Amino acid sequence: MSKRVLLIEDEPNIIQAIGFILSRDGWTVDSHADGETAMAEIRRRAPDLVILDVMLPNRSGYDILSDLRADPALGAMPVLMLTARGQSRDREQAERIGASRFMTKPFSNTEMLEAVRELVAS
Amino acid sequence: MPAGSLSGSLTGSRIRQRRVALGFRQSALAREVGISAAYLNLIEHNKRRIAGKLLADIARALKVDPSVLAEGAAAALVGSLRDAAAALPASQPGPLTGDDRAEEFAGRFPGWAAVIAAQRRRIRHLERLVEGLTDRLAHDPHLAASLHEVLSTVTAIRASAAILVEPGEIEDEWRDRFHRNIHEDSQRLAESSRALAAYLDASGAETETTGAPQEELEAWLEAQGYHLPALEAADPPDPETLAQGAPELTSAAGRALAGGWMRRYRRDAEALPLDGFAAAARALDRDPGALAARFPGAGMAAILRRLAALPTPDGAARIGLAICDSSGALTFRKPLADFPLPRYGAACPLWPLYQALSRPLTPVRAALEMAGEGRHRFMAYAVAEPVGPPGFDAPPVFEAAMLIVPDARMRMPGEAVLQVGTSCRICPLKDCPARREPSILADPA
Repeated sequence: MSKRVLLIEDEPNIIQAIGFILSRDGWTVDSHADGETAMAEIRRRAPDLVILDVMLPNRSGYDILSDLRADPALGAMPVLMLTARGQSRDREQAERIGASRFMTKPFSNTEMLEAVRELVAS
Repeated sequence: MPAGSLSGSLTGSRIRQRRVALGFRQSALAREVGISAAYLNLIEHNKRRIAGKLLADIARALKVDPSVLAEGAAAALVGSLRDAAAALPASQPGPLTGDDRAEEFAGRFPGWAAVIAAQRRRIRHLERLVEGLTDRLAHDPHLAASLHEVLSTVTAIRASAAILVEPGEIEDEWRDRFHRNIHEDSQRLAESSRALAAYLDASGAETETTGAPQEELEAWLEAQGYHLPALEAADPPDPETLAQGAPELTSAAGRALAGGWMRRYRRDAEALPLDGFAAAARALDRDPGALAARFPGAGMAAILRRLAALPTPDGAARIGLAICDSSGALTFRKPLADFPLPRYGAACPLWPLYQALSRPLTPVRAALEMAGEGRHRFMAYAVAEPVGPPGFDAPPVFEAAMLIVPDARMRMPGEAVLQVGTSCRICPLKDCPARREPSILADPA
């Protein structure tokens, strides 16, 4: 059974591209575009990995990650954070809250694929 | 007559000489610095002595250092050399150990001294530009959203394009979809990058406007001198009608903000009618405490706003005003040249404005010294008052206002003066207990 990735991102064409890349590599990819209902979606799908954009409608990725890490059932789930801002303080904030990996847009497909493989393998 | 007195007594002549050389009309200069042409004429004929804030304002308008006007070029040159030396980081060797010999240098090599002085002015100008741009990059929400849009679109294009050029089979349906996505995203990128360029063009650091609704309102009020005679009349026009006719108010949000501001202006004008209040303000030296005693029913915040909305009397310094909401965000700014109010991000937490927020309905007063070059002094008067009518089961909402009055009084020994900044990013104060983040100013003084 293939591993499942939940992509929480509100840009439809980024969702299609990442979904295609990961699906071709054997992953099952679901997506969700709303920040406010993202936690409910994570609980419902219980994926092997969450790819989480920082800037989402209605709720930031940082807040979602905080909730996720505070939830005993989900606290150990690997989370790859995506952001269009690459300043050191964003990276520090993501790491402080508990991101497993931090990736700055625009990233390469290879970089994305390798990060997903490594995070789930570890 | 001592040389110094003679030099100082010719300040007006130097102002006139400089103004004429720049092709500035006397009335235009007077308007720019907020005094009457008649008063400027007296100054220019050395019949009125001038110093302090007004001299600084005129010097700024004439694009010259105040000391050039006050003391003549030679003294200004020596002062500029000393400023340049003082601006060097402490770790770099400079001429300020013991005898600096700046006067001797300026006397023997006036041309080279002028070059150093010009370089110092240029560096200072560029430093201010960098401060503004850095502040903006860090805090401007419009810029952050625009950059996010551009980077997200680039990400989508890059990922889709990489899929198409990577080796391996791809179904026709997917290929067509990614081609279509790249086409759509490239159009979106073209639009968002054009919008970003236009935004940056429209809001260059020199013009200091961003097109945000609050800034539209402030640009419009600045053009009116923050005084709206139409709203002082017995039968004032509708604020919305006034807003529609204002060229600076280009957006519906800007006009809505202006409408709200004018309605409050009108309420303040009804509570404190112009003639009586202006006369009292003159008689009481624009002292908010004394004016509150004279107009006990008006409320301190209304008195502060009203003082900031009065025309500046001849020879008097302009008054600034800052208003913030309960979160501390500045919702209104009438800045002063030597007391800038940050456009983005949070201001200096030491300001009495924020002390007032922690003590609602209690007026707070403090003598302030703005950190940095010039170390200009001000009296600040602040108060926080509830917004809207009182009610049960609703969160209390407060708004604080702070009046900023340039203060040229002689200080008594031991009189407390609070050193403050504009915002932490561009504040040179060392060891400040309220500092949130490091300053971008290298080697702060």
